[in-house]
Amino acid sequence: MRARTRTARKAVVLAAVATLGAGLLAGCADDGGDDNASDGSSSGSGKGKTTITLGLFGTMGFKEAGLYTEYEKLHPDIKIAENVTERNENYYPALVNHLTTNSGLMDVQAIEVGNIAEVVATQATKFEDMSKVSGVDKSKWLDWKWSQGTTKDGQTIGLGTDIGPMALCYRKDLFQAAGLPTDREAVGKLWAGDWNKFVATGEQYKRKAKAGTFFMDSPGGLINAILSSEKEKFYDSSGEIIYKSNPAVKAAFDLTAKAAEEGLVQAQTQFQPAWDTTIANSKFATIACPPWMLGTIKGKAKPEDAGKWDVAVAPKSGNWGGSFLGVPKSGKHVKEAEAFITWLTAPEQQAKLFKVQGSFPSAPSTYTMPEVTGAKNEMTGDSPIGTVFSEAAKTAPVQVIGPKDQIIQQGLTDNGVILVTKGKSAEEAWKTATKTIDNNLDK
Amino acid sequence: MATRNDTAAPPAKEGGAAPGRPPAVSTEDERRHRARLSRRWQRDMRWSPYAFVSPFFLLFVAFGLFPLLYTGWASLHQVEMTAPTDMTWVGMRNYTRIFDDDFFWNAAKNTLTIGIISTVPQLLMAMGLAHILNYRLRASTFYRVAMLAPYATSIAAASLVFVLLFGRDYGMINWALHFVGIDAIDWQNDKWPSQIAVSSIVIWRWTGYNALIYLAAMQAIPQDLYESAALDGASRWKQFLHVTLPSLRPTILFTVVVSTIGASQVFGEPLLFDANKGASGGAEHQFQTLGLYLYEQGWVNQHLGRASAIAWTMFLILIVVGIVNYVISRRLRASS
Repeated sequence: MRARTRTARKAVVLAAVATLGAGLLAGCADDGGDDNASDGSSSGSGKGKTTITLGLFGTMGFKEAGLYTEYEKLHPDIKIAENVTERNENYYPALVNHLTTNSGLMDVQAIEVGNIAEVVATQATKFEDMSKVSGVDKSKWLDWKWSQGTTKDGQTIGLGTDIGPMALCYRKDLFQAAGLPTDREAVGKLWAGDWNKFVATGEQYKRKAKAGTFFMDSPGGLINAILSSEKEKFYDSSGEIIYKSNPAVKAAFDLTAKAAEEGLVQAQTQFQPAWDTTIANSKFATIACPPWMLGTIKGKAKPEDAGKWDVAVAPKSGNWGGSFLGVPKSGKHVKEAEAFITWLTAPEQQAKLFKVQGSFPSAPSTYTMPEVTGAKNEMTGDSPIGTVFSEAAKTAPVQVIGPKDQIIQQGLTDNGVILVTKGKSAEEAWKTATKTIDNNLDK
Repeated sequence: MATRNDTAAPPAKEGGAAPGRPPAVSTEDERRHRARLSRRWQRDMRWSPYAFVSPFFLLFVAFGLFPLLYTGWASLHQVEMTAPTDMTWVGMRNYTRIFDDDFFWNAAKNTLTIGIISTVPQLLMAMGLAHILNYRLRASTFYRVAMLAPYATSIAAASLVFVLLFGRDYGMINWALHFVGIDAIDWQNDKWPSQIAVSSIVIWRWTGYNALIYLAAMQAIPQDLYESAALDGASRWKQFLHVTLPSLRPTILFTVVVSTIGASQVFGEPLLFDANKGASGGAEHQFQTLGLYLYEQGWVNQHLGRASAIAWTMFLILIVVGIVNYVISRRLRASS
């Protein structure tokens, strides 16, 4: 009897050790669980359905626009599951990590335009060449959008989703109170062709502005808008870093610093809670505005502000934002994923996405579609936003983008122009920014 | 667990068979069988403990030792996150450049100052709270649980709330200060205000935790000490100074060591307190701690080699701090 209890106990112990050991091994072998969670094909949805998983960041809007449901209806054997990371700053390092270790990847991975150059330059071998997929027609995309996702030897690692043609949103009521025109044509003429004129308008605004309001939302927003409209900013076309010697960058920095010194921009950081609140309190007269920003404004502003905003052309057209969808080679359902994103990024779907979500299409054939030309936004009343943004999309320069654009721009903004609002001189701010950037770029 | 004598494992004697067995009738067969059992028993006694402790050591090797050594190896290379297997040998370069890396020393200084302005008030307040809780109170369990609530909240949630409280334009703290005539303080962009704000999150989270440790130690102090002190006419305050504090000395040392280690690794609070993308610790790196700088180099800038060197330097600094703590505590123990 006793002997038997002892063996029983030993069995329990062995079992416990085995379980722990197995758990340990499983812990090592598992890629972190996130792919299991969304991999419905193995976990019960059953009936031989193939689940295509997408790794996305922020709100890309495919699901919200009903595109998954539509595709599932067209292909009854396919199920779509997305895995969304709120912020690209968290999404991107994880993506790079997964790519370099070739594990934990979804069938489809989104890539932000700020990172596309680095992914193209360093991770191309991990992605399928989308240009070879049947049904993908290069000519449907804006040339520059297509080439951003393509390597020098012609491998296309990602298909373009949206772009961010930039205009300027402004508050008609605040402009009127400051004695400025409110008609979008007249407003566009105030600063046409030159960002200096934009700042000059700001000076004019400030003289008669409603108390407590600012001409523009943030130094980061202004410098980003100016830089977005430059052909070359941080890299030249041969891939050399030129941000410190490029006169356009210094000019953008100094102009923003000037606007900050004169109190035309408020000391805010975009997308922070205080910035959100300031929009709700109607304290900004202008915000640099790609179409998706209208969604942001709609989300932050008070409902009674509907129709008080309008959209005018920017001094120079630029592009802010936009993403790509790529298919990693190590995904579980490569063929299905390729077919899916080919459909998802086709002009018809891009137009639907614009209509529901305001993500502006990167396929120019949509710019004459009624979804785009007839687009309206609650915040901007009956302004023809589709026409304004299509115009910006067509006239925006083909910008040279580089692998470390994001780090450089962040340095100029968060460690640079923001300091001017704290009473530092433009020169001191430039010194802090360049020192930070150089340290961050130094391998 | 096995607390009853008859179920507890017997002490390991050389060749000890299970106790309480009647001496067996010995046929040759049975004796051999018994000898075999006894050998298995011996092996069991000798090796089972290792099996029991092995999970920890396996985990430690896999997630502690190996990363530590690999980090050391990586710190001697130039290696980027975009190609972690692509290493270029650079020798001690990652270490030597730390010496004239202003950002590193700035972060080290911030870690020290944030550590001091968070740890010192934290422990003093914890002591005070523990002393109060040590009195007979109504609903004392409620207060004790409530003390631990901040510790149980996630750093992320706590920090986000603090960011709102410390907001420059719409924050509640500035709103309250304006009633006493203090102008809006830019908690995020000015050096000392930002460090104080970050420290306040740390203090908020850990004070209750330390208070409970102190409270536990206080309750172990024999009541007669207080009674005799009271008989001698010592006031409450004198009792605290001359009875409570000396008895708590080992506990205080413990909390100081733990808090020092915690303070040198402060990461989540400043990361989430930043209005910007996080790791730069403010526009002028005014509250960038070493943990944050390490993260910035490794994960934002993708320089794994540099980040590894920073990690090892932090590790060495911690060892020095540990030795200093040890020496001080030995001195104190010797003097008591």
